[in-house]
Amino acid sequence: MSAPPLDRPTVADEQALQDLFDATIAADHRIEPRDWMPEGYRKTLVRQIAQHAHSEIIGMQPEGDWLLAAPSLRRKAILLAKVQDEAGHGMYLYSAAETLGADRADLTDKLIEGRQKYSSIFNYPTLTYADVGVIGWLVDGAAICNQVPLCRSSYGPYARAMIRICKEESFHQRQGYELLLTMMRGTPEQRAMVQDAVDRWWWPSLMMFGPPDDDSPNSAQSMAWGIKRHSNDELRQRYVDMSVPQAEVLGVTLPDPDLSYDAETGHYRFGAIDWDEFKRVISGNGPANAERIARRRAARDDNAWVTEAATAYATKHGRAAA
Amino acid sequence: MGHEETVYEALDHAHGGEGHWAFGTGFDDPLAGVDTTVPDGVDPADLGEYCLMLGDDALVLAQRLTQWITAAPELEEEVAIANVALDLLGQARLLLARAGSVGVLGRSREKATESIPDEDALAYFRDADEFRSTALVAAPNGDFAQTIVRLLVASTVRLAVFARLRESRDPVLAAIAAKGVNELTYHRDHAARWLLRLGDGTDESHRRAQAGADAIWRLLDDLFVPTDVERRLTEAGVAVDPAGTRDEVRSVLVQVLERATLRVPGWPAEAPPRGRLGQHGPELAELLGVLQGLARQHPAATW
Repeated sequence: MSAPPLDRPTVADEQALQDLFDATIAADHRIEPRDWMPEGYRKTLVRQIAQHAHSEIIGMQPEGDWLLAAPSLRRKAILLAKVQDEAGHGMYLYSAAETLGADRADLTDKLIEGRQKYSSIFNYPTLTYADVGVIGWLVDGAAICNQVPLCRSSYGPYARAMIRICKEESFHQRQGYELLLTMMRGTPEQRAMVQDAVDRWWWPSLMMFGPPDDDSPNSAQSMAWGIKRHSNDELRQRYVDMSVPQAEVLGVTLPDPDLSYDAETGHYRFGAIDWDEFKRVISGNGPANAERIARRRAARDDNAWVTEAATAYATKHGRAAA
Repeated sequence: MGHEETVYEALDHAHGGEGHWAFGTGFDDPLAGVDTTVPDGVDPADLGEYCLMLGDDALVLAQRLTQWITAAPELEEEVAIANVALDLLGQARLLLARAGSVGVLGRSREKATESIPDEDALAYFRDADEFRSTALVAAPNGDFAQTIVRLLVASTVRLAVFARLRESRDPVLAAIAAKGVNELTYHRDHAARWLLRLGDGTDESHRRAQAGADAIWRLLDDLFVPTDVERRLTEAGVAVDPAGTRDEVRSVLVQVLERATLRVPGWPAEAPPRGRLGQHGPELAELLGVLQGLARQHPAATW
């Protein structure tokens, strides 16, 4: 079999390639890095995967803030392993983006310069140790709802990365929930901490599914391309349905007076989400946006000399720095 | 739709194989099933004290390394540093639990309630003067070069001790050492590889690596002088006399520094043990303030 021609495809070739791509998507098969793909598909994926990678890396910070102060050695080990997993997830995802021609350093620059986004949930501060548990339960729980369908994403490297990530996220969620169960069996102060953390994180976790379907400009195309499998509202509803019984077992109240079970549909109805807050936070004006980016910038800039040294050493010794 | 439901269900329940998770993040008692009988002729107080020396070094260095998380040069290095810190934290937990199992709890039980396990009573409810860690691990991180030099020195020293400790008459210490040797070999290798790159990288990295070595070398002064506890336990075949590891440590360090094109700083004059006897500078108290603050705020809580 001969290698594909390197010249620009002609218009007729391009139509044939587009047809092949469309057929692959229609058959629910995977697109792989060396396959032809429309430029819009590539761009959409790079944007989405980079945003996801950035979310993993920035997401290390709110929980990482409790690493040094974790109240038992076992909790410290659990949290450290979790934050480490998030760094690993960021690495897989940046690698998936690199299969599309992106470059990790360039994506990091875009994050730091505010040209690419990350999940707005990580712009909220972690005020007590209960926040660590609630992030595991609710934030990782929402992430799992969002991400499990991505294990079937049409782009192969992304889908495969998501399988491993979802397994680990699921473990994190269980650990978070177990921390909360333990705290709820503890002192009155601990129970109050858990309720307070639930009160602060519940609404932002609902926002993690993105704007409502009638205000989500990129959703339709992403669904047609098989990058996205379910609508934002559909996933949000699934998350609420899953979380309400878990809250009952835990013994906490979700901060929504309108939350009620609708026997007719079999779903929980919930109150109106404050989308103004969502827009405010995602556009950079949340409680911790500036701090998150400043820390990421410092990690890059303060250690630039280390990367330069590794590069110089590799050049001198004629091999890649391991 | 049906497909994802199945996947989610599977994920939600697929927690059987926890073997690939980092040590100590599970839900079990770290010393469960291990024979904790103290060997004949060994004073449990000495044994516990020795476990505190080794355990506190690991705990304090793990805490220092953890300060790099979200601040490391590369994502790969975040993962590597977290690995090292997790290994050390695992060693600390086993060693503190061992100290507790022979009844060495210091004054910790005056403050820690019964429901708090020994490892946490010791980690969270002892004051700095009850810690037995050396100044080497308590020193602030400095820049990445100094962090790497300290990791190189600390893992070289600890590996030399642990390699010998595998023969300890205390089965618990021998088991902890056997597991730790593999971990420490990786830590030392990781630090050595970095030091080569930094020493033989750019002018700036060379300057920083040299400054890091100069700063850390001074902390070698009391690492190889045994305490009375270590002397007695070495005679009893339980502990390792640090003096017997000095030449090996020096030879490894000199070899790495020379290959890294660094000048080997003068070996400091030997000084009597300080940290091993509970004498520490303010940096340890500061580190413990952060580590212990939350746990002490809620002494009746379970986590």
